[in-house]
Amino acid sequence: MKIGIPKEIFEGERRVAATPPSVKKLTDLGYEVLIETGAGDAADYADETYTTVGATVIEDTKALWKDADIILKVRAPMKNATLKKHEADLMSEGSLLISYLWPAQNPELLEHLAKNKITSLAIDSLPRISRAQKMDALSAMANIAGYRAVIEAANHFGRFFTGQVTAAGKVPPAKVMVIGAGVAGLAAVGAANSMGAIVRAFDTRLEVKEQVESMGAEFLELDFDDEDGSGTGGYAKQMSDEFIKAEMALFAEQAKEVDIIITTALIPGKPAPKLITEDMVKSMKPGSVIVDLASERGGNCEVTEPGKVATRHGVTVIGYTDLPSRMAKVASDLYATNLTHLMTELTPEKDGKPVVNMEDVVIRGLTVVKDNDITWPPPKPETPEATKPAPGTEEPSPAEKQAAQEAARKTAATKGLIGKVVLLAVTVFALYGVGAHAPESFLSHFTVFVLSCFIGWQVIWNVTPSLHTPLMSVTNAISGIIVIGAMLHLAQAENIAVGIMAFIAVLIASINVGGGFRVTHRMLKMFRK
Amino acid sequence: MSTGMVSVAYVVASVLFILSLGGLSHQESARRGNLYGVAGIIIAVGATLASFGSDGGIIAIAIAILIGAGIGIPIANKVEMTQMPQLVALLHSFVGLAAVLVGFSGYIEPLVATSGTEHTIKLVEVFLGIFIGAVTFTGSLVACGKLDGRIDSKALTLPGRHWMNLAAIIACVFLGSWFLGTDSMALGILSLVLMTVIASVLGVHLIMAIGGADMPVVVSMLNSYSGWAAASIGFMLGNDLLIVVGALVGSSGAILSYIMCKAMNRSFVSVILGGFGQTSSSSAAKGEEQSVYETTTDEVCEELRNASSVIIVPGYGMAVAQAQNGVSDMTKYLRDKGVNVRFGIHPVAGRLPGHMNVLLAEAHVPYDIVLEMDEINEDFPDTDVVLVIGANDTVNPAAAEDPASPIAGMPVLEVWKAGQVVVLKRGMASGYAGVENPLFFKDNTRMLFGDAKESVDKLVSGLRG
Repeated sequence: MKIGIPKEIFEGERRVAATPPSVKKLTDLGYEVLIETGAGDAADYADETYTTVGATVIEDTKALWKDADIILKVRAPMKNATLKKHEADLMSEGSLLISYLWPAQNPELLEHLAKNKITSLAIDSLPRISRAQKMDALSAMANIAGYRAVIEAANHFGRFFTGQVTAAGKVPPAKVMVIGAGVAGLAAVGAANSMGAIVRAFDTRLEVKEQVESMGAEFLELDFDDEDGSGTGGYAKQMSDEFIKAEMALFAEQAKEVDIIITTALIPGKPAPKLITEDMVKSMKPGSVIVDLASERGGNCEVTEPGKVATRHGVTVIGYTDLPSRMAKVASDLYATNLTHLMTELTPEKDGKPVVNMEDVVIRGLTVVKDNDITWPPPKPETPEATKPAPGTEEPSPAEKQAAQEAARKTAATKGLIGKVVLLAVTVFALYGVGAHAPESFLSHFTVFVLSCFIGWQVIWNVTPSLHTPLMSVTNAISGIIVIGAMLHLAQAENIAVGIMAFIAVLIASINVGGGFRVTHRMLKMFRK
Repeated sequence: MSTGMVSVAYVVASVLFILSLGGLSHQESARRGNLYGVAGIIIAVGATLASFGSDGGIIAIAIAILIGAGIGIPIANKVEMTQMPQLVALLHSFVGLAAVLVGFSGYIEPLVATSGTEHTIKLVEVFLGIFIGAVTFTGSLVACGKLDGRIDSKALTLPGRHWMNLAAIIACVFLGSWFLGTDSMALGILSLVLMTVIASVLGVHLIMAIGGADMPVVVSMLNSYSGWAAASIGFMLGNDLLIVVGALVGSSGAILSYIMCKAMNRSFVSVILGGFGQTSSSSAAKGEEQSVYETTTDEVCEELRNASSVIIVPGYGMAVAQAQNGVSDMTKYLRDKGVNVRFGIHPVAGRLPGHMNVLLAEAHVPYDIVLEMDEINEDFPDTDVVLVIGANDTVNPAAAEDPASPIAGMPVLEVWKAGQVVVLKRGMASGYAGVENPLFFKDNTRMLFGDAKESVDKLVSGLRG
């Protein structure tokens, strides 16, 4: 089947849905890939780079849309101004579309697609389960956005991020506050931290505290009856009024202190919460920067102008909505990889024929239009919420745990003690038996035996573990010393049977001695620095 | 040569043997240690020969020794390092057999006449010597067969096997008391032969019940047995040299077994009784679907090139695929590029204690970058890429994180703490313990499927090209 990669027509969109490496993988899956001329230009992939991996470059936009059985793209289909036709009408009936679709916001688009009988998979509707992570384009893009947000902030910020002491004076480090520690927030924390800034992060979900700290930021906590903001699927939920009040107070206090605020707070299916008020912006130091990653959904800051950079009360407010597209190359690479993974899932036979298996949780979640039917929203998948113990089976408190452990240790210790006492008693008894009854000659040998065991014990513990194999082969060779006993018998043998037995014993013991030492020598020769 | 001189020679030999084992404590002195051992045995044999005067037996002895050495040394010269475990096991069986033969000789034709309590003690020593020798003999042969792949390395678990072993031991004790009670030589030999047969069967059954990955413990345990067999023969002959050496070897094997058991967090008894991994695999099936991330050689090459610190964790799979030379080439290349490459060795990786070290040494990997688990475990968080080559249970996070896992509590290499883990593996089969490995499903784990040797060779050419 043919996969078509059209050039994105959304204004300012620089990404492309396939890259030369991804084309190669798609070809391996049995597909033929068509690409519109110039589709990869903005992401630094020229047409030739696609042709060398086997894609066909198509000049005619209409022909591409029509010929392709599957369309992979970035932005949702929209009206093509030059052709005066909607992209959804360019597709042939019964074909497959994979792109961002935002089904909740675009019900008309879904109807349009269903009317044209185009089975559509919305990459943004991917269920958040671990198996689907490799296709998670939202996370991949959020990661880029978070990084880029810091870069944009640095670009508009008049100081270093890192503190410096120079001959020309001391420069304090920049203080960055990140609100919302999702993928984008964490990426921003990481980027800002690695540039040397002092980073703080806030999130209503207490579970992310560890992740924030692992990225090198301080986690800002509210002094509040632990209301946890974790919603389903790892997203945040809306909080109570008191909580929001406390939260706002924290932001107001922080705003006076920090130089850069990066907001990434979103609640699924709702406009972005307003977290930074105009008053807070006023209270910030002149020259400070706010980057609002939620600007596409109205923004977290009251004065954000979506898509633009504005200066309000001496503070630069960045409201770009296309941060991933501003890093078109890496964004295309990652997005194309996400799509390839999805295509791999859709093509279990690797025969170039996609199977939209509605039994599969992941594919079911992605599919928003199947033939003529709108299949969005999908039936609620069960969202396994991490480590919350079920009510009633509450985890034992630390104190109880400790007590239990203590008790266990005590019983173990008692058991060990009893074992030791028994062992000691047996040893004493055995020694008494030997001393009382054994003849003199045996005792002298016994002394030698016990002492040798102890010497062996002392010496062997010093052997380095890497030499354990040579140790084994050398002790094996040495145990061939039994040859002495065999020799004594062979030398004095009168009985022919004894003679033969002793002969064989000498022979095999010699094999052991010769072979053992030789192979040890070989091994040890190999160890070198 | 006078008895006094022989005794002195034996003392010298004993000291040399102790020095020999002492020498193995460091790589630098290890070769000298081996030479001490050779010197010790030559002195011991020489002194014994000299003590015979010009008896007729000397020629027979010389012939036997020459043939023995003539067989042993060429085998040792030829053997591949990957076949090392088999050879060691085979050699153990020889000691066991020799102990049996010498024990019989000693009973039929005692070198020193004894009476009373001394006689009884001697008979006990004969009996014990033959018993241990026979178990060692057949047990080692089975171990050798299993290591060589001639015998299925899975644990053979007959129903009621513990009772069978117990019955065999009780029968031997019973035969022993009969043996001590009888004055007739013929009856004595009969009971000895019966006991030898039972002990041989016991040896086979004991080792058959132990699975492949427990072999490090088994081989060192057999090593220990062969020492105890030599020591009891020494008691029988009244020969201190044999006692000293037997005790040294016996305790050395015992310590090695102990170290191995500790590395698997299992008691010695449970390993010896065998049958691990058959019953415990039920917990493997977890409900949630999980997916692995596959990767390609090109991507791994890229990661290795960009890394500043790499740790390679080899396992038995590397030995099976004979990939050590490729691994060595890769190491050399990366080190020349300034990458800090080190090796992390789990104590029970492979089929012999220290097996991985020997293989890597054979492939010319410098020993000072080959580190033990305890030395390297703390460094994983600061490591960019970990390459796991043919290891599974020894890198299983379940041992540390899942208390319900059958291998819970076993110390493992904490590879998952590194930035990126690449697992070279043939397929998704679980390891010896039959336990699912959550490492494969971690976000920072990538799987590179295929034969370890082929994959490594591709990586080497990828890095060069």
